[in-house]
Amino acid sequence: MAASVLFPASARLLSGLRHFSRVSRAATTSLCRPQNHSLSTTARHFSQPTPRTEKAKVTVNYVMRDGSTVPVRTKVGENLLDIAIENDLDIDGFGACEGTLACSTCHLIFEQPIYDQLEEPTDEELDMLDLAFGLTDTSRLGCQVCVTKALDGLTVKVPEGVADARDV
Amino acid sequence: MDVKTGYVAGRLAFRGVLCRISGISTAAHCHAVKKHSCETVFKFSQRSLYQTSTPGQHRWFCHNSTPGQHRWFCHTATPSQHRWFCHTSTPGPHVCIVGSGPAGFYTAQHILKNHKTARVDIYEKLPVPFGLVRFGVAPDHPEVKNVINTFTNTASNERCSFLGNVTVGRDVTVAELRQAYDAVIMSYGADADKEFGIPGEDLSGVYSARAFVGWYNGLPQDKHLAPMLDTDTAVVLGQGNVALDVARILLTPLSILKITDITDHAAAALETSQVKTVYIVGRRGPLQTAFTIKELREMTKLPDCRPLLDPADFAGLEDKVKSLQRPRKRLTELLIKTAQTGGATAQEAQRLAQATKEWGLKFLRSPLEILSSEDGSRVSGIRLGVNQLEGSDSSARAVPTGETEVLSCGLVLRSIGYKSEPIDDTVPFDSQKGVIPNEAGRVTGCKGLYCSGWVRRGPTGVILTTMTDGFETGKAVVDDLTTGILQPVGGVRGQEWIQPLLQKKGIQAVTFEDWNKIDSEEMMRGEKVGKPREKILDVKEMLQVAQS
Ligand SMILES: Cc1cc2nc3c(=O)[nH]c(=O)nc-3n(C[C@H](O)[C@H](O)[C@H](O)COP(=O)(O)OP(=O)(O)OC[C@H]3O[C@@H](n4cnc5c(N)ncnc54)[C@H](O)[C@@H]3O)c2cc1C
Ligand SMILES: NC(=O)c1ccc[n+]([C@@H]2O[C@H](COP(=O)([O-])OP(=O)(O)OC[C@H]3O[C@@H](n4cnc5c(N)ncnc54)[C@H](OP(=O)(O)O)[C@@H]3O)[C@@H](O)[C@H]2O)c1
Ligand code: FES
Repeated sequence: MAASVLFPASARLLSGLRHFSRVSRAATTSLCRPQNHSLSTTARHFSQPTPRTEKAKVTVNYVMRDGSTVPVRTKVGENLLDIAIENDLDIDGFGACEGTLACSTCHLIFEQPIYDQLEEPTDEELDMLDLAFGLTDTSRLGCQVCVTKALDGLTVKVPEGVADARDV
Repeated sequence: MDVKTGYVAGRLAFRGVLCRISGISTAAHCHAVKKHSCETVFKFSQRSLYQTSTPGQHRWFCHNSTPGQHRWFCHTATPSQHRWFCHTSTPGPHVCIVGSGPAGFYTAQHILKNHKTARVDIYEKLPVPFGLVRFGVAPDHPEVKNVINTFTNTASNERCSFLGNVTVGRDVTVAELRQAYDAVIMSYGADADKEFGIPGEDLSGVYSARAFVGWYNGLPQDKHLAPMLDTDTAVVLGQGNVALDVARILLTPLSILKITDITDHAAAALETSQVKTVYIVGRRGPLQTAFTIKELREMTKLPDCRPLLDPADFAGLEDKVKSLQRPRKRLTELLIKTAQTGGATAQEAQRLAQATKEWGLKFLRSPLEILSSEDGSRVSGIRLGVNQLEGSDSSARAVPTGETEVLSCGLVLRSIGYKSEPIDDTVPFDSQKGVIPNEAGRVTGCKGLYCSGWVRRGPTGVILTTMTDGFETGKAVVDDLTTGILQPVGGVRGQEWIQPLLQKKGIQAVTFEDWNKIDSEEMMRGEKVGKPREKILDVKEMLQVAQS
């Protein structure tokens, strides 16, 4: 099979297995690879599960739809969707496709300096992001961005709506 | 008798608190029911009693009238399958949802979360839930179906019930539902399709994309479609995401499809398909396509398949692209790039050159007539009218130039959109727009009646759009309950009121637990053949598994 098709096939296989065997989320979604960069944005689709040796904890501040800020402590290497879910953040509809780049409900808005530090998003992430409601220049999909130590204290904003650009 | 079975297999069970009926020897009670006629038991216990007429499968639902303490007993006559249930219910508003697609489930989710006592019963005409997530979303997109996990969570809420195999409008009327429930929500989607109304549309070899999708996805009504795939050229009319879905399924190598939950009959037919070229034809231009970039990119990456785009169609667009909004800009850039390059790398160029299949986009073409082969046995081509655009950007209109051309093909899939239909004449319907007229989900002029999803806003929008829409309707219901616009009525309500009507008609409602059995059976059958599931295609068989 050509390299270019590995992405859909392997991603689907993974998510297919996840869905159909009802494997717990925690066991299958944290495939972000801790890296030395200031911020890793390794799309889970391309990464291999790597045993997490990093035990360091960092704080992420989620600015919720009602304007309140919820700080959460989390392990380095986790992605911003899993962190929200594991900490029971009450965001309606967040992460509908469970981090498989098929929905854009995990849309988050970053502060410019932080956004600039992030690794370039993949075409696949941008494709999905294009459909997010209230898209900004510093938007990313939470399930594709993993936190690193350098990001301690990072603030991300949950956009107000979750409508879809396919209908505007 | 295994009392545990009673708990696990609980019909009506997940709706309330389940507990064993204390003080009754289960076997003795079973005898009592068997010995006494319905009337005797009725008088004896001062309880209302219902009996279903399905032979060999009598079930009794017995309910005592002390308010707030409803008890249910259910008993099947098969000796090894006696079941008892006791169910206490606390009073609260009763909400009914018609349709178990994303609209139904997201509306239910919002109501259950934001109203602490409301009970939500979801009626579905098929024995299986999830609407187009099961029967629409392409089999090679399993990640999209992850939303099923959220829906399953909603269904497992003790205040939520699923009643499958009940067609509203036929088995139970909307008027009956409105009598039994404090709020009724129409979220029955769009089951029909738009047509062109041109000659030849009913020829053999011409299908609606809706039926073709139903065929490969296991929709019971479409299992016998048997599309004619013995032709080298297929034409898909329409340029939305459904058009790309059906084109992709026609062109994807079987090695990829056969490990998905595609139906067995579709996989077998596609294995011998001779379709090599698929044209996707739109009435407007490249800046007006309805498909989105993710789906287009997938087409550009299809193994053993090359794009056939005419660079002339995109001439002059490069300058225009800069002023477009980001989504349209990126989509157009990808179209231009795909049309211009024969592959960005040498490896890619080689892959495209060696491809044995191809897909192309044709713009500014409207079908005028579908042409028949000489013997009249099947489609042989389409006469297309050439259009030009009036206006620009997304609102541009296609205007005929008067010029026509013929495109030869042996298979036509019409993919110009789905269509909702009226459910019964007590529910207002705007047949022009094909939606139920409403304000923020409240059906115009009908207090207590709501709508959400495709039947509310028309048959466009992805699951995310439908979710937003469902939440909005859910909010309208919760607001109306909280502000007192809706005044819940006491007494026997909701499902308890409707079930006897269904029993009388011999309709066996499928619970979510029954669905879990169907689900497990399908996954088990799938596992044997290396697929995530093998869908059951026959309603009767679904019901058999549900009742096993
Ligand atoms: C082919 C296709 C592929 C798609 N792929 C994607 C995708 O990949 N990603 C994405 O985000 N979106 C996709 N969509 C869009 C998505 O499926 C819709 O946004 C969504 O399903 C609409 O939800 P709904 O609940 O309004 O309708 P539906 O999903 O159609 O649900 C309606 C339900 O009501 C039931 N019903 C109908 N009549 C009655 C009755 N009389 N009584 C009781 N029940 C009744 C139906 O059986 C059905 O279960 C796709 C759509 C199609 C057509
Ligand atoms: N992977 C996914 O995310 C996915 C997959 C499938 C479906 N969906 C969603 O489901 C919804 C429905 O999809 P859809 O493809 O059925 O509908 P759609 O997106 O509305 O596309 C309909 C297409 O048919 C054309 N059309 C309509 N009437 C026509 C006519 N009379 N003559 C010629 N062409 C006509 C439209 O062209 P005009 O623009 O000129 O009207 C358009 O190209 C969409 O929102 C879609 O995004 C999503
Ligand atoms: S959770 Fe669906 S794209 Fe991130």
